[in-house]
Amino acid sequence: MLEIKNISFKSDDGKDIVKNISLNVESGKIVAITGPNGGGKSSLAKLIAGVYEASSGSILLDGEDISGCDITDRAKKGISYAFQRPVSFKGFTVRDMLSIAAGRELSDDELKELMGTVGLCMYDYVDREINQNLSGGEQKRIEIASVLARKTKVNIFDEPEAGIDIWSFQKLIDVFKNLRSVSSATQLIISHQRGILEIADIIIVISDGKVAVSGKPKEVLPTLFEMDAYQNCPVGKRCSNE
Amino acid sequence: MNNITGDLLFKIGVDKDAFDGAYSLRENGACSGLKSTDNIKIEKHPEGEGIVIKISSKTKGEKAYIPACVTKSGINDIVKNDFYIESGADVKIIAGCGVHSEEGGHALHSGLHRFFVGDGASVEYIEKHIGTGTSTDKRIYTESEFVIGKNANVTVVSEQIGGVNNALRNTKATLEENSVFTVRERLLTDNDDTVDTVFDVVLNGEDSKTDVVSRSVARGNSFQKYVSRIEGNAKCTGHTECDAILAENGSVEASPCLAAKNGDAELIHEAAIGKIAGEQIMKLCSLGLTREEAEQKIIEGFLK
Repeated sequence: MLEIKNISFKSDDGKDIVKNISLNVESGKIVAITGPNGGGKSSLAKLIAGVYEASSGSILLDGEDISGCDITDRAKKGISYAFQRPVSFKGFTVRDMLSIAAGRELSDDELKELMGTVGLCMYDYVDREINQNLSGGEQKRIEIASVLARKTKVNIFDEPEAGIDIWSFQKLIDVFKNLRSVSSATQLIISHQRGILEIADIIIVISDGKVAVSGKPKEVLPTLFEMDAYQNCPVGKRCSNE
Repeated sequence: MNNITGDLLFKIGVDKDAFDGAYSLRENGACSGLKSTDNIKIEKHPEGEGIVIKISSKTKGEKAYIPACVTKSGINDIVKNDFYIESGADVKIIAGCGVHSEEGGHALHSGLHRFFVGDGASVEYIEKHIGTGTSTDKRIYTESEFVIGKNANVTVVSEQIGGVNNALRNTKATLEENSVFTVRERLLTDNDDTVDTVFDVVLNGEDSKTDVVSRSVARGNSFQKYVSRIEGNAKCTGHTECDAILAENGSVEASPCLAAKNGDAELIHEAAIGKIAGEQIMKLCSLGLTREEAEQKIIEGFLK
């Protein structure tokens, strides 16, 4: 169980980015976080992972307060985070990265399976450096694989669909569904994609740093997509009108 | 061979099999072992300290080891080695140098190496340099010159992996038609170490190619100066790249220089110097590494 209590975050210039958000996320669930760009979704994910430090509030993992833990300790306690923009590493091969993620050397069979789940052929990629010679989509898949390699309690994916082709995207959805059926890991997925929102157990709409709407897909989706300009932040408009 | 020599040889990658084939071992300014094979003849240099290595065209996939170690303070080891690689030979030469000296002393190895590479030959030259001991005056100076014939392929893997307080590393190459010269350099400096590394590659032959890539890490108060010059005198391609990571107060000065003297010469240079990106550390920390472990992993990967 992941509990977020009254979490807030201010940017360096003092702007309120996340405003007093509270959430309870049960183990084994897929939680999709959506909402307009700039609304605070990624910041919330980074607060949970420990990339950002909250200005107030607390985060509990299985009852343990991890608010004071840095990113390393949170990773060790079972939180994984797939960055929205993957990082390049000169000299690091895909094999290196996935082995660090797993905490041990991975066999070719394990790498083959892991990379296959994100639509990459192991033999074509495993010894390539994670640098600008890989496309954005290829780097994104490796980033997702680095989280899957960890087998942790909470997996956070920040817009996993970005840069991924339709075939691989559908495969990724299957990966999320499969993870739910075979493990008790919680998956927190930030996404604008209907395909992901539809498989979620809970959808949380974040707008203007606050939870605007939350509920099951059948409750949230009709309203969300009836708005004719979801991409133009209607959720935000609706919240401010309210 | 004393224990320090054994340790230095291990660190520069000279394994126990080294002495089965052709080799020349140099210790404290003198030859302490030398062996030829049918295809690789090693003799003392007629002009003084050093060796002459003659590699016949029958050589296919053989290795020759020529390490040098300075294990005592007060030694100035100055050596001249000439390599004659016949047309069509295929050889791997493992060189490398270790210098050891304790506090207050100094140790120097200075090597002048000349390679005459015949047409169609393939040469892989690997050298690792390391310093051990508490002295702050351990020096390695090397000057390597490659004269590369037609259709030949030369790869140089050169590493200075720590503990050398002062180094001068000059490498020159001239290439004939359709030949290839590849360099992969790795440097790690710390404390008050200084290193000057210079590459000067002249592409004289049609369709000759060179690729010179240096990756380095400057820690402590160390200073590295990197100069890489490629001259294209024919239809040719050349690329030189210097990537450096700065840690603590380390500093790096990089000067790539291209001289295209033929309209069909295609020459490229790249240089990037900076600290380890914060996002790289953050990514590895998100996988459970501490900041220090992340930095170490990044440096190890970068210099790999």
